[in-house]
Amino acid sequence: MSKTSPHALPAEGGLGNEPLLAVDDLHVEFATRAGLVRAVNGVSYSLQAGETLAVLGESGSGKSVTAQAIMGILDMPPARIPKGEVRFNGTDLLRLSEEARTQVRGQRIAMIFQDALSALNPVFTVGWQISEMFRVHRGMGKRDAVKKAVELMDRVRIPGAKQRVNDYPHQFSGGMRQRIMIAMAIALDPEVLIADEPTTALDVTVQAQVMELLAELQRESNMGMILITHDLGVVADVADKIAVMYGGRIVENASVHDIYKAPAHPYTKGLLESIPRVDLKGQDLYAIKGLPPNLLDMPTGCAFHPRCPYRQDNCVTDSPPLYEISGTRNSACHYWREVLDGDQG
Amino acid sequence: MATKGETILEVRDLVKHFPLNQGIMFKKQIGAIKAVDGVSFDLASGETLGVVGESGCGKSTLAKVLMALERPTSGSVKINGRDIAKAKGAELKRMRRNIQMVMQDPYTSLNPRMTVGDIVGEPFDIHTEVAPKGDRTRKVQELLEVVGLNPDHINRYPHQFSGGQRQRIGIARGLALQPEIIVCDEPVSALDVSIQAQVINLLERLQNEFNLAYIFIAHDLSVVRHISDRVAVMYLGKVVELGKDVEIYDKPAHPYSQALLSAVPVPDPEGRDQRERIILQGDPPSPANPPSGCRFRTRCWKAQEICATEEPLLQIRPGTSHESACHFAETHDVVHVN
Ligand SMILES: Nc1ncnc2c1ncn2[C@@H]1O[C@H](COP(=O)(O)OP(=O)(O)OP(=O)(O)O)[C@@H](O)[C@H]1O
Ligand SMILES: Nc1ncnc2c1ncn2[C@@H]1O[C@H](COP(=O)(O)OP(=O)(O)OP(=O)(O)O)[C@@H](O)[C@H]1O
Ligand code: SF4
Ligand code: SF4
Ligand SMILES: [Mg+2]
Ligand SMILES: [Mg+2]
Repeated sequence: MSKTSPHALPAEGGLGNEPLLAVDDLHVEFATRAGLVRAVNGVSYSLQAGETLAVLGESGSGKSVTAQAIMGILDMPPARIPKGEVRFNGTDLLRLSEEARTQVRGQRIAMIFQDALSALNPVFTVGWQISEMFRVHRGMGKRDAVKKAVELMDRVRIPGAKQRVNDYPHQFSGGMRQRIMIAMAIALDPEVLIADEPTTALDVTVQAQVMELLAELQRESNMGMILITHDLGVVADVADKIAVMYGGRIVENASVHDIYKAPAHPYTKGLLESIPRVDLKGQDLYAIKGLPPNLLDMPTGCAFHPRCPYRQDNCVTDSPPLYEISGTRNSACHYWREVLDGDQG
Repeated sequence: MATKGETILEVRDLVKHFPLNQGIMFKKQIGAIKAVDGVSFDLASGETLGVVGESGCGKSTLAKVLMALERPTSGSVKINGRDIAKAKGAELKRMRRNIQMVMQDPYTSLNPRMTVGDIVGEPFDIHTEVAPKGDRTRKVQELLEVVGLNPDHINRYPHQFSGGQRQRIGIARGLALQPEIIVCDEPVSALDVSIQAQVINLLERLQNEFNLAYIFIAHDLSVVRHISDRVAVMYLGKVVELGKDVEIYDKPAHPYSQALLSAVPVPDPEGRDQRERIILQGDPPSPANPPSGCRFRTRCWKAQEICATEEPLLQIRPGTSHESACHFAETHDVVHVN
């Protein structure tokens, strides 16, 4: 199987040292009436089987667009991918034919969407919507497909699944609808699950139920998971490693323990210091000053420089590369040493 | 104006039921949604009372009744000794000056066709005595400056501001009439983390500066802990636990508070496998048909027979220093890893 043939399907299982999924120098831009929006500017991250990567960052930093590029669900145009690779078991998905891609999308790489609560179709029963996965992708008959749907509803712990399979979405609570969305995402045993803000709309008690369910499913099947969120608490709870995005770039990536112990980028550091904690009664909260960048008019040099307490003259002109701090850690800051040591600017 | 520490708001046995009707031609009431069902608390000047609880437990309804935007089914809301729930006409208008609100959604709560100056100054139209016509622009600019916005932007429209800046506009408007009480219903939930901190710090600064009392409603328990002096935990229309922030967060006594707190993720991966998590099963019951006795009993792991027959009142229980509504209240720290 050659890597370059657009019809070849990605290999099963791992290929030597190649990660399960690798995003490499990805660029995504949108042609809009106001101008060219560079939403993703050279993002790289990777994921191994059984691993959880958390992607963190402010609203508009490009987290969802990166995920949409991995899934191959961007509308092109207006979107364009001028550069970059998305390798799945070594095969660049961006160069596959649409037909080959369909074999991957939803089956081997699945996604739970940010607005999942409105993603269910109100006029079909949940059982019909889940069983559709098996009818369309596995060619199952109606009877067998519904049986599988009940099994899945059990697996995501919907009480009385057998009785509820013919209920409509509005008859379920928000947390249960989110679990039905998860059921549909894992129906075909994907190798990678992308969860885009899977719990933001939910109460903490329900959020805890859903996160525990995802962790259990992951243990059972050794799925790789990309968890997109801006909740630093959820990240600390479940992630193995973290990629922090700002203005369409990765500004820091590291293991979860390293980043919470000592962040190496001023934005990450500011984020960690600006959240109140339930286990501590803090004093004044640190607030990152200023506003997130405007993608149509990005600051020169380092995109974070207008808000950065560590800024030096060269930050305004020289865009920092992603410096390697260790084999598993990078920071896009000229002064990462000072940040890591905790010296203020 | 009340001095610091004096009680300015007294809420007693507050009930708000929404009728459940059936039939289109001839409406027949077949029941009621018991959104708020017997809530009592005090608020002192300069103090912040946090209100937490799951979606639908009645937080926003409570806020609306406090503001006299909804009439209560029964009970009283006394501001400086006078019941706003019974006030009418000129008296209601005068009392409303003293209690203002900041709402959740900075994107939809401001009229897009009004300038910032008109939005912030609108309360002066109703209460002309606060700012005479010629004085309005100066007053509005002062308010913008207080909340950290550029006073020169008085003629801009809401869409020209970011979410955090819009929330500041809402706060400036809330301050216009110099109220003693501000009810904040999820004031930062729609904002990015880095912007949330700016708005929380602003609210704290204004509280010190103007001796404001806050009712702070949020579902983010970490934010509530940060800003509150006391916290009320609500479940299905009732307050199930009420105490100082350290009492609620470090020594919760009601099983529901314990479950709620144990579910909050702590932004520190060290010890994450040792933390205790109480995963609640099932969903909250419908407020139209709450369980008998203790409303939490259908999800409570400690429930006994008495819980179905006798309603536990909100009171100080043996072994605890603050009020909780559980027959078997027992303090238990679920937030810290020991
Ligand atoms: N179809 C589109 N056309 C034009 N711009 C777009 C389009 N989709 C996304 N964008 C822009 O790309 C940028 C990144 O968006 P993205 O949805 O990835 O942000 P995000 O990091 O997921 O934010 P959030 O936390 O709010 O979900 C944003 O500025 C957004 O406005
Ligand atoms: N005008 C109304 N008519 C009928 N029922 C209502 C009305 N307003 C609220 N309710 C119901 O009262 C209950 C409490 O609602 P409320 O909005 O106070 O909850 P909340 O605690 O603010 O929830 P959230 O955290 O989701 O904002 C809910 O069951 C709601 O459906
Ligand atoms: S490169 Fe300069 S401006 Fe950018 S984060 Fe580092 S110190 Fe701050
Ligand atoms: S009164 Fe009974 S059911 Fe209610 S919280 Fe206490 S133990 Fe649980
Ligand atoms: Mg997104
Ligand atoms: Mg509400």
